[in-house]
This record gives sequence, C-alpha cells and structure tokens, in this order.
Amino acid sequence: MSARPLPTDVLPGRAGTPVVVARDVKRIYEIRRGAFRPPARLQAVGGVSFDVEAGRTLAVVGESGCGKSTLARVVSLLEAPSAGTLVLNGVDAVHVSPKAKRLLRRSVQMVFQNPYGSLNPRKKIGAILEAPLEINTELAPPAREERAKAMLARVGLRPEHYVRYPHMFSGGQRQRIAIARALMLNPALVVADEPVSALDVSVQAQVLNLMADLQDELGLAYLFISHDLGVVRHIAHDVLVMYLGLAMEQGPTARIFARPLHPYTQALLASVPAMAGAARVRRVPLAGELPSPLNPPHGCVFSTRCPYAIERCREERPESRPLDGRAVACHLAERFLEPPPAGAGGTGQP
Amino acid sequence: MMPAATPSDAAAPDAPPGPWREFWGYFSANRGAVAGLAIVVAVLSLAAFANVLAPYPPELTNNAVFLKPPAWQEGGSWAYPLGTDAIGRDMLSRLIHGARLSLLIGIAVVALSIVVGIVLGLVAGYFRGVTEIAIMRLMDIILTLPSLLLAIVIVAILGPGLMNAMLAVAVVVLPHYVRITRASVIAEMSKDYVTAARAGGAGRIRLMVNEVLPNCAAPLIVQATLGVSTAILDAAALGFLGLGAQPPLPEWGTMLADAREFVLRAWWVVTFPGLMILVTVLAFNLLGDGLRDALDPKLKR
Repeated sequence: MSARPLPTDVLPGRAGTPVVVARDVKRIYEIRRGAFRPPARLQAVGGVSFDVEAGRTLAVVGESGCGKSTLARVVSLLEAPSAGTLVLNGVDAVHVSPKAKRLLRRSVQMVFQNPYGSLNPRKKIGAILEAPLEINTELAPPAREERAKAMLARVGLRPEHYVRYPHMFSGGQRQRIAIARALMLNPALVVADEPVSALDVSVQAQVLNLMADLQDELGLAYLFISHDLGVVRHIAHDVLVMYLGLAMEQGPTARIFARPLHPYTQALLASVPAMAGAARVRRVPLAGELPSPLNPPHGCVFSTRCPYAIERCREERPESRPLDGRAVACHLAERFLEPPPAGAGGTGQP
Repeated sequence: MMPAATPSDAAAPDAPPGPWREFWGYFSANRGAVAGLAIVVAVLSLAAFANVLAPYPPELTNNAVFLKPPAWQEGGSWAYPLGTDAIGRDMLSRLIHGARLSLLIGIAVVALSIVVGIVLGLVAGYFRGVTEIAIMRLMDIILTLPSLLLAIVIVAILGPGLMNAMLAVAVVVLPHYVRITRASVIAEMSKDYVTAARAGGAGRIRLMVNEVLPNCAAPLIVQATLGVSTAILDAAALGFLGLGAQPPLPEWGTMLADAREFVLRAWWVVTFPGLMILVTVLAFNLLGDGLRDALDPKLKR
C-alpha cells in the first residue's frame, strides 16, 4: 500500500484552495467536582493547527482519548472551539452569526464510526437522504427524490433502495448511505470519524475506495479520523499525529511513514502488526497508559512514556517546529534524522 | 407491509422481513396477547355498535321487572338475558353501553396524559439542566402521592363528574409518560443519527419531533396500552366512590356503586359490571404485555 497519487491534476480549479484553516484550536471542558471545589479544566484539544485543501485528505491519528474525535466535532461546527481560529471556506467559523453559521454548516458534513447508530431506524433511506435538502434548500419533492436516487447510484447502491429501511442493509451498505447523506449538500469538507473501523476488512477497502473515488470526482477535502495506520497510509495525503490533545508530528504521509521523527509516531508505527521482515524485529513497545488529560505532564506530554526522554523533556514543552518537510514537536527530533529510522513500520516511499 | 417488497424484487430473497411482519411474528407467538387483542377488539365492537346490539336503551326503566334474575335462573326471562337492576333497567343493555363509556374514559385519559407527557418528557430530555430538574421533581411529587387519593383530591377540587374524573386520572398517570419519554429521549439523543441531523442543519423542533420521538414510540405504545386499563380501573373506582360518572350513566364503576345494597339479594347486579371491568382490564394488560415483548429488542429471542 502506498499513498494515492495526488488528484491535483484532476481538478486544477479547486485543488489548492484551503477548505479548512485551523490555527491553535483548543477545546477545553470544565468538569464540575462538587460545590466547593473549582471546576477542573480538561483540555481535550490543546492547540492544534492545520490546513486541508480541496481534494486532499488529512488523517488525524492517535490512540483512544487523544482528542481526535473532539477535534472532529469542533471542525464539524458541532462544538465551538474554546480558543483559536477556525476558517471554513474562507469564512471565520468562530465569530459568526447563528444565521451565517447555519449556512456554513452545509459546507461541512460528517460520516460516523458506527453505521448502525448513524441512520435513523424509523426512516426510509429516501427520507434520510432528503432531510438535508428539505431543511436547507427550496427543492420540490420530485427534485429531491431525483437527487437522492442519483446519489444512491453514485455510492454504488440501487434506486430501489430508496424505499427501504436501514435495518435491511449490511454495515458496508449503511456506511455508503451515510456517505451519500453527507454528500447531499455538496459539502467542501467531509469529516469522517473512524468511518471504516466498524466494518470488516474486505468491506473497509470498498468503502475507502468509494471515498477516494468521490474525492477525485468532487474535489472533496477529507478530515479523516483514524487509529488504523494501514488505512491512513492508504487514503491520506497528510497526517497529523495527536497525543493528549496536542500535535506531535504532522506532514505528508509518505514522509512521516518513511521516517517518523517523533518518538510517539515511531511507537505508533512500530505497533502495527507485521507478518515478517525487518520491521518485525525492531519493535519498541510503548509502556504505560495515556496520562490523565486532567493532569497532563509538565513538560513534553509524551515524556512520561518516551524511551528517549531527557531532563529537558520533563521541564520544557517542545514547540512544533519545521524539520525535514514536516512539523514535529520534539526536542530530540534531529537525532532520528540519521541513521535510517528505528522502528519505522515497513517500506514507505521517501 | 413493505412497499419495496414487490414480487419482481429479485435483489432481496433473504432480506429480513418487514418491521410489521416481524412484529406480528413475535406478537402472535404470545397466546395471551392474542387473546387480549381479541377481547379488546370485541369490547371495541360492543362500544361501536352499542345502539344496534343492546336490546333496550340503557336508561329505560320497567316498573314490572325490578331485580329480575338472569334468564337461566328461576324467575328469569329471555327478555332480560342478564336480568335487571333495582329500578328495572336491562343489565345487558347497560353493560354494552358501559363499554362505550369505559373505553372513552380509557382512551381519553391516555390520550391526554400521553400528549402532555410526551411534550414534558421531550423538553426535559432534550434541554436537560434546570428545565429537566423542574419538570422531573414536579413529576416525583405527583408520584409520591397515592394515586387514588390524589385523584379524589383533584375531583374534590373540580367537582364530581365524568369529565373531571378523567382529568384527575390523567394527572395521576402523567408522570409515567413523562419519565418514559425522557428516558428514551436521553438514550436516543446520544446516538449518531441525531448528530448527523444536527450537522445537516436540523433545528430543535425537527430534531425532537422528527428524529428522536419516533424512536421513543415503542415503550410509549406499551405504556399507553397498559395505561388504558389503569385508567378504566381508576375511573371505575372514582365512579364507585360517587366521584366519577354520575347516575344514570351506565358506567361500570357507577353501576357497581348503585348496586352495592343489593349484593346479597341479587348477585347479578354487582357481578356483571365487576366481571366486565375485570375482563377488559385483563385484556388490555395482556395486550400491553404482548406489545412490550414484541417491541422490546432486548426480549427478542
């Protein structure tokens, strides 16, 4: 598996326009701990910056609890960021009137992890697909039906599925329906929160290929949340590795997979099971658990589990800095430039 | 039941059965429920065709036949198959017309409390916070009072009568509907399809009524069916205490109260209205149980 060729040549007009520009986005939850103690601050996303251009896919990876789903909800405008700026399609999405926000919301749609929970079991597929049109457009019912059926065909389902209920479909088909629903409003960005992790492997590939085809056809930007690095490598142009709400390393997929410069990225890649070969020998298992986000480590958030941590790591939090064509937040990143990486999984393209 | 399942539809030979057929499969496996359904249908048709079925008008008295026993007993006649009451009214006709009143009470009470209950429960479950606390604590207060006592208090304030008795019973059973709705709304709100609808731009009302509410229907249907029997029973109790339907209305509870003094002399004047209440309430309970088993996915085999 290697990264797909960039579809920039397919859609020269739209490609290159940033659909999302996020700068230092934070999402902090206040957790009440009783009447007499001040509320605790839980930093789910602690200042993440990224761009996604039309026709590109940014994958956000990290283990459970690292804040990737919260990031997805913030970018989908389901939750407001606590700080930072978020610009969608050139419009500031933080300081925006409710009316403009409704309009803006049409340009971001979501695909969820569990296809069994994301379709309303009481509604027919037609009604599910048409609901966004009904709310947001003035289209007459026949026109809506026509569009819904066209979209069904586009995601590989048949027009007669229009009158069926969700329980009559398999997981993969449901995920196709969920993708169709997300595309009904012609969004610029689709936020996919682990869209294939609930599907079995053969179906995963079908759904991923569908998503890739739709991206090429429509010039969609994807924010792809995942913990499956094989999937990420297959579909993403860029990767953002998150740990405890912070970006550890971000940059082009091929570069990061070929030579991860952050110890956490190295550990993640090393944790991908390999059948045989050199990758199998060089596994450095990560000890311990994710620290509590209520009480993050003082210095580098990864310092408590990092095999290379030095005194400086425990005292000073590393800023994200450019190095070797990517951004990495590690004091020791240069150390991993030479010799060829330890623990990099497989044979990525340089 | 599924419009999609046309005979030419070769795509789904092993597609799961439609929701209605699946429901009927589970429901018909429960014999008690089917019996309950049959009795409920019978009582419904009694009520619907009371004018045709009843041999006499329910309030027609006959001076010649006070407390005539049922036909099969000595002194009875087939002119009055179930005998007559103390002022010579035909028991059978009164019971048939009473079905009308009892079903009216049951359905009106449930309709009233379910509509109010759904609105309050939806609001509580959707908005949470202070709104929820206010609504739910109020419902808790209603629940702490013994139901019949509370109904009596309400009727005492409003004055006796069929309408007020129905209102009182509706208030008494309201908390059940509010709680059930709120619980299901909270469970449904956490599901992704609600988030997807929000991402699609759905407003509050649309989310509540179009997306969430239909998925809360199953427990509400069950509770409504069971609630009909409670309502009939409570209204009969109020009628028996002289606070519900007033004579000469042929309401079963009121008939029982009227006949109280003849219990020892004329068993039929108390037995038949009592039996009607028993059978109807039992039938609605069986039907409700069957619905619950058929609609609750956790109980599916």
